Amino acid sequence: MMNRTKCLEVLKGLITDEIVISSYSTASEWVEMTDRALNYYSHGAMGLCSSHGLGMALALPHKRIIVFDGDGSLLMNLGTLVTIAAAAPKNLVHLCFHNGSYEANGGHPLPKRDVDFAGMARSAGVKHVHTLDDFRNFEQQIGGILKQEGPVFADLLIEQGPIGPRAYDDMYKPARRQKLREVLKAGG
Amino acid sequence: MNSPAHAPGTGETLSGAKIIDAVKAAGISHVLSVPDLHTAKGILSRVTTDKDLTLIRVCKEDETLGIAAGLTYGDKKSLILIQYTGFLYAINAIRGVACEQKLPMCMMIGLLSKEVGVAPQDSSKFGLRIVEPILDTMGIERHYIDLDADIAKITPALNRAWERSQPVAFLIGRRPS
Repeated sequence: MMNRTKCLEVLKGLITDEIVISSYSTASEWVEMTDRALNYYSHGAMGLCSSHGLGMALALPHKRIIVFDGDGSLLMNLGTLVTIAAAAPKNLVHLCFHNGSYEANGGHPLPKRDVDFAGMARSAGVKHVHTLDDFRNFEQQIGGILKQEGPVFADLLIEQGPIGPRAYDDMYKPARRQKLREVLKAGG
Repeated sequence: MNSPAHAPGTGETLSGAKIIDAVKAAGISHVLSVPDLHTAKGILSRVTTDKDLTLIRVCKEDETLGIAAGLTYGDKKSLILIQYTGFLYAINAIRGVACEQKLPMCMMIGLLSKEVGVAPQDSSKFGLRIVEPILDTMGIERHYIDLDADIAKITPALNRAWERSQPVAFLIGRRPS
């Protein structure tokens, strides 16, 4: 099991001009860590993080799109793995932070904690699939994973983080999405 | 703003080819769809062979809202082609992504099994009767497309959706030819 904060710190050091699409607990932690215009916070309907990512990947083939999904969210939209595999965007990396719980919803467990998301992604036909549960391996491999030709999926086995209310309001401000549009229009 | 539903007589047609022409005239480049028997032949089959349109087949209707939202960040215009049952399933995503984020989500909704010549609100089928009231409650502009003459509404409504950044819905009454 890995610590999400430590994983995000590593990702922060690797991510430069990629668009990062995140949701719920991971998004909350990510925005506190690195508040950048190329962050996009998926909201409106739980589970659609990777779908937003797929749309962006198809619309912006010159940009690398990295999705920070949650396991509870992914379970709400499992078909996305098949849709992504079929659409096959080369610029999409889908990371699933897997702690076996609906952390943002009070920390209650998933119906089944040890879901084999990597197996599902592989069966769906996602091009490159990984499972990482050891931080040292994560540190060594994630840089290469982020650069692989997509679609890429990685199941990241992490400990449950702190449960409690998070400041989503600021994260979901329309001004943030507008800023992202402006940056992209300017060629960012 | 909303087009009133009407109940035209039988013996008239709705051209799938003309619907696609109207969609393309508004600059739509992507079609996101779960197959709907009502539009499968007249519209979706044509999309599969249209070189100007990219078809993204999805597994469940709410995916289309996320994908369509993402596409807007590259200024790509999309059409969501689904059945009314899929519309009902995806209500929360439509609420959260299309309405609350005020995005130009363009939905073409097949009214499968609606009786010809009967307005949706007068259908014997509960699921069909509730579609228009739900759209109205959500403040989504809607247009009833039942005859070839109705197709003229499509391009201006799509353009308006993008100009105003707001969702729009087209309810496909009879099965397109």
